[in-house]
Amino acid sequence: MHELGVVYHIMDTLEEVAKENGISHVLSVTVEIGEVSTVLPDYLTDCWNWAVKKRSLLQGCRMEVERLSAVTFCDGCGREYPTVAHGRICPHCGSEKTWLLRGNELNIKEVEVS
Amino acid sequence: MEKVRILEIKQSVFANNDRQAELLRRELKERGLFLLNLMSSPGSGKTTTLTRLIEALAGELAIGVMEADIDSDVDARTIAKTGVKTIQLHTGGMCHLDAAMTRQGLEGLDPGALDLVVLENVGNLVCPAEFDTGAVKSMAILSVPEGHDKPLKYPLMFQVVDAVVINKVDVMPYFDFDLEKCTEYIRLRNPKAEIFPISAKTGQGVEALAQWLKNQVKTWKET
Repeated sequence: MHELGVVYHIMDTLEEVAKENGISHVLSVTVEIGEVSTVLPDYLTDCWNWAVKKRSLLQGCRMEVERLSAVTFCDGCGREYPTVAHGRICPHCGSEKTWLLRGNELNIKEVEVS
Repeated sequence: MEKVRILEIKQSVFANNDRQAELLRRELKERGLFLLNLMSSPGSGKTTTLTRLIEALAGELAIGVMEADIDSDVDARTIAKTGVKTIQLHTGGMCHLDAAMTRQGLEGLDPGALDLVVLENVGNLVCPAEFDTGAVKSMAILSVPEGHDKPLKYPLMFQVVDAVVINKVDVMPYFDFDLEKCTEYIRLRNPKAEIFPISAKTGQGVEALAQWLKNQVKTWKET
């Protein structure tokens, strides 16, 4: 939904990291995106490829995306289930008292530098 | 050829923004200035609710307003009529404000001796919820025509706020809006949220909301 804003934040972070570590060239960045994060990987990489041209330190920097699966915990029966397949209603007991354990991540995992 | 190596970063994309937001909050504390982040979908009545709150708090709190929109200054003009200090921020197409933009806005507003600044975020129930603006408290407005199921559809928004205003309760008879269910859905995601059913049009419930806000500002300044 706000991929471009996210891209700017990633670029700012990478520039900071590059400065701190005396790096002149960032070849690629790997991001981890949870299955139920509000960010769509295709849109994110599209925005990235457009925006990255505007930053000298990041010229040609590729973006790699790794997906993280989403898991929900049910307060009703204490079990876990895959979020995308079942949504917010527990497939084991039908309870609506459920919480997302993981799957909304949006992390910068690592960069490849030279 | 230079050797290629991997540098592990392992941090949330939002980590940088979160740090800036925390820094801004600390500065606000030192200045004794309360910043409220007001969020909702377009047309839920942010500006009208704000106008009512300004009237209710007149003479008690010195208020400033930052209006964030993608374009136009219609909201800033509406608020300016109430006599409070106001500034229009344009996000340049961006769907939300982050901490750096909020800081810029505050510098532009020049809050001086104000007690309370309200940031009227871009009308959107999705993106603003992800970005900490540096505000002391945040509040979402959900209006009756939007439906009582919105807390289920946009869980993050209702999870991150301190208060939820349910606006336009005067038209509840014309919509299939179940206030009890709505409250239950909000509590499901956010057991601690304060809930204020109001009508910004008729003024119903505005007094309780104004009182809550006044107490929040007082607590922030005194502790």
